[in-house]
Amino acid sequence: MKDTEGYVTADGRQIGGTLMEMRNITLRFGGVVAIQDISFDIHEGEVRAIIGPNGAGKSSMLNVISGFYTPSEGEVWYKGSKRPPMKPYEVARQGVARTFQNIALFEGMTVLDNVMTGRLTHMNAGLASQALWWGKARDEEMENREKVERVIDFLEIQNIRKTPVGRLPYGLKKRVELARALAAEPSLLLLDEPMAGMNVEEKEDMSRFILDVNDEFGTTICLIEHDMGVVMDLSDRVVVMDYGKKIGDGTPDEVRNNQDVIDAYLGVPH
Amino acid sequence: MAYMSEGVEGLRSIPALLARNASQHGASPAYREKEYGIWQSWTWAETAQEIEALALGFLNLGVNEGDFIAIIGRNRPYLYWSMVAAQSVGAIPVPLYQDSVAEEMEYVLDHCGARFAIVSDQEQVDKVIEVQDRLHQFEHMIYLDPRGLRKYDHTRLHQFSHVQDQGRASYDEFIRELQARTAKLNYDSTCVMLYTSGTTGKPKGVVLSNRNIIETAKASSEFDHLKVDDEVLAYLPMAWVGDFIFSIGQAYWSGFCVNCPESPETMMTDLREIAPSYYFAPPRVFETQLTQIMIRMEDSGAFKKKTFDYFMEHARKVGPAILDGHDVSTFDLLKYKLGEIMVYGPLKNALGFSNVRVGYTAGEAIGPEIFDFYRSLGINLKQLYGQTEASVFITQQPDGEVRSDTVGVPSPGVEIRISDKGEVFYRSPGVFVEYYKNAESTADTKDPEGWVATGDAGFIEESTGHLRIIDRAKDVGAMADGAMFAPKYVENKLKFYPNILEAVVFGAGRDRCCAFINIDLAAVGNWAERNNIAYASYQELAGHKQVLDTIQAHIEEVNASIAQDEMLSGCQVHRFLVLHKELDADDGELTRTRKVRRKIIGEKFEDLVNALYDGSESIYTETEVTYEDGRKGKIKATLEIRDAKVVPATRQTLAAE
Repeated sequence: MKDTEGYVTADGRQIGGTLMEMRNITLRFGGVVAIQDISFDIHEGEVRAIIGPNGAGKSSMLNVISGFYTPSEGEVWYKGSKRPPMKPYEVARQGVARTFQNIALFEGMTVLDNVMTGRLTHMNAGLASQALWWGKARDEEMENREKVERVIDFLEIQNIRKTPVGRLPYGLKKRVELARALAAEPSLLLLDEPMAGMNVEEKEDMSRFILDVNDEFGTTICLIEHDMGVVMDLSDRVVVMDYGKKIGDGTPDEVRNNQDVIDAYLGVPH
Repeated sequence: MAYMSEGVEGLRSIPALLARNASQHGASPAYREKEYGIWQSWTWAETAQEIEALALGFLNLGVNEGDFIAIIGRNRPYLYWSMVAAQSVGAIPVPLYQDSVAEEMEYVLDHCGARFAIVSDQEQVDKVIEVQDRLHQFEHMIYLDPRGLRKYDHTRLHQFSHVQDQGRASYDEFIRELQARTAKLNYDSTCVMLYTSGTTGKPKGVVLSNRNIIETAKASSEFDHLKVDDEVLAYLPMAWVGDFIFSIGQAYWSGFCVNCPESPETMMTDLREIAPSYYFAPPRVFETQLTQIMIRMEDSGAFKKKTFDYFMEHARKVGPAILDGHDVSTFDLLKYKLGEIMVYGPLKNALGFSNVRVGYTAGEAIGPEIFDFYRSLGINLKQLYGQTEASVFITQQPDGEVRSDTVGVPSPGVEIRISDKGEVFYRSPGVFVEYYKNAESTADTKDPEGWVATGDAGFIEESTGHLRIIDRAKDVGAMADGAMFAPKYVENKLKFYPNILEAVVFGAGRDRCCAFINIDLAAVGNWAERNNIAYASYQELAGHKQVLDTIQAHIEEVNASIAQDEMLSGCQVHRFLVLHKELDADDGELTRTRKVRRKIIGEKFEDLVNALYDGSESIYTETEVTYEDGRKGKIKATLEIRDAKVVPATRQTLAAE
């Protein structure tokens, strides 16, 4: 049942065909079943959210998408072909970038250098050239710096360009992480709890940036988030997980009225 | 282009000056802007081409002569070009404060009847869209940054670069029309219309002609010997007359380069990179910088701190004298030179003041310590006094005659007189044409002989010929016993303390003075950090006992200093409170140029004023605040009211009854 047709969102945006499809994914750690037979798809250009209570298996799912975990059973289809087991950096080369729930930046490096690392997959000058910073390495650096500067401009972090990341407040670090992921020019952007621990203003800024990224670059976004208000406002379609199983899938409105979802969040005796 | 004989060397409009610059200084930089981390620059020749393309684009969109074009955004070359392009097609640019809320914009757009607006980004587009249905004459909007605007209805919305492209494409159709319109401009054509921020009432549109701007630019450029290789940093609001004179008037007259920062947040970095030779900043900017330097020196190592203190003490002693060219002993001179290597040079470099040849401050009184600090470093910081209606310049300080308590001698071409009531009047070629659609106010302000009332009370020092300003004329009042009440005088003294950001003194018609205080979060916050005082918000810090003690000490020092002034000794502050919120232009408490709106504050916080006078020790209050995005909220607080010691003075002799 491969659905390659796009659809039109409530606010009139045209969404493209299927970009990624998860088919019957199961992930086991020894006896623990983290994800149990889950299937869903991500369309090109949409904002797709994965929600669920704590321990539902959302982050595990994201790690499967990013190639950090190889599913025990099931298939990952990406851009129309089945993806063999891969290392995360190979997945990254295919155009999947991510941010982390607990910020993973190089604290001692400047914002600019951190964002530049996002371009690594696009650099392939040889060791000698890199070491001497001459010829190809130099051209590459200039070209990539320009791309990075556009991202810096986009996310409005010009003023902290040369600031070591360790000195930045939490909200800005999150934005730098997003910048690094964007610098890779991904076709699929994975955001693991982009709003975790933020105050209302920071959340508003972050939401605005996520929508702008989606709108300006047409980047497909898959995000995990706890803040329901944010999820319902941002995403086009939502997957709901509970205890490793998928209990709902659809537009925010459909999900909101789904009895299983309500039970999972409000709690019913099991 | 055929110049008319009238005007300075036949140059009687900004577009004419542009044409001259493009031919005479074609290869010199006219504009720079940092974008994508790199300084992009445009020469005068390129600038002329960009402006021409835009002007043709305007014709293509149907801009008529006499139309008003609103310009809203931060300082960017494109917006400066927009002003000159508007003038080229015979339209009148009206720059607006970019941080105005939608209703404020609506008033101005409606008042001038703007048909077009050129705005910087989505934020401004949204504001104009919000009000445009109520503006029946409004037609097209042009924006610079397309981000987030892709999905907007583009029937009446255009991207800046597209307007230019269309202008270039329709060169053949419109170039004759453009040349004809530009050639028609003369000394009496309107150059720009600027809305005064208005400490009271609605803003008024000040119409300034080419004569006003060009004569003023010429005189002031000559006064300070501005040249084509000077550099300025354009970072003050484009809607403010000062920016128009510096970044358009003087820049086009002298042909120097206008540098635009990357974003407001990167201003200090950009300043350091550009190192302007001609610099203007309101006292607040200098204050903030000094506060930051002092905070960072407090946190630095013992050796650095000692070195800094040692050489700064020396600089205070001889620096101003050296700057003014007075003789100092050889030893002092050598020591100052050593200090230049050790402290002053690196410090100036870090501040971006290495190349400053002429620096000005104006708008508010500047604290003597702050003023002397910069001058002692060898920065030629001077004061000027001006207003929108004068195209800025009324008085300014010549090199070598600089003091913190005067505002200088009349600028070239300006006549000054003091009325019987002590109000300052002036007459000059820069005097504005009229308030737009407001003949009544025009007549009130400007008499038939061309004398304009400044609204400020002041006097001319007989020995030096320098003007000294006491206060706003209408604020100078009397207390219940008839003693003179000059609130600004007291507030300025209070604000010279780094811990005090704003002060509002009440007392007109009352038996004694009381004050509201706003603490400076940067300075007091740093102090709290060093003393391990935890606080969660401005409000909490403002209510802290030790903070109140400090403020009380400051007020008592000020009282002692006021007591020495026979005329004003009645203005000592008897009681005060520290406000629970920062005074903010969004709440209407300050003007957009951050001047205190005394009357509005008095009405808004009436309960607090009453509490100051009825002797109560604390007061509970609720205040509505407006957030940046326009939403409203409430702040609740219980404020402590304190008595400050006053110094008995010669006041009784002044009491009438």
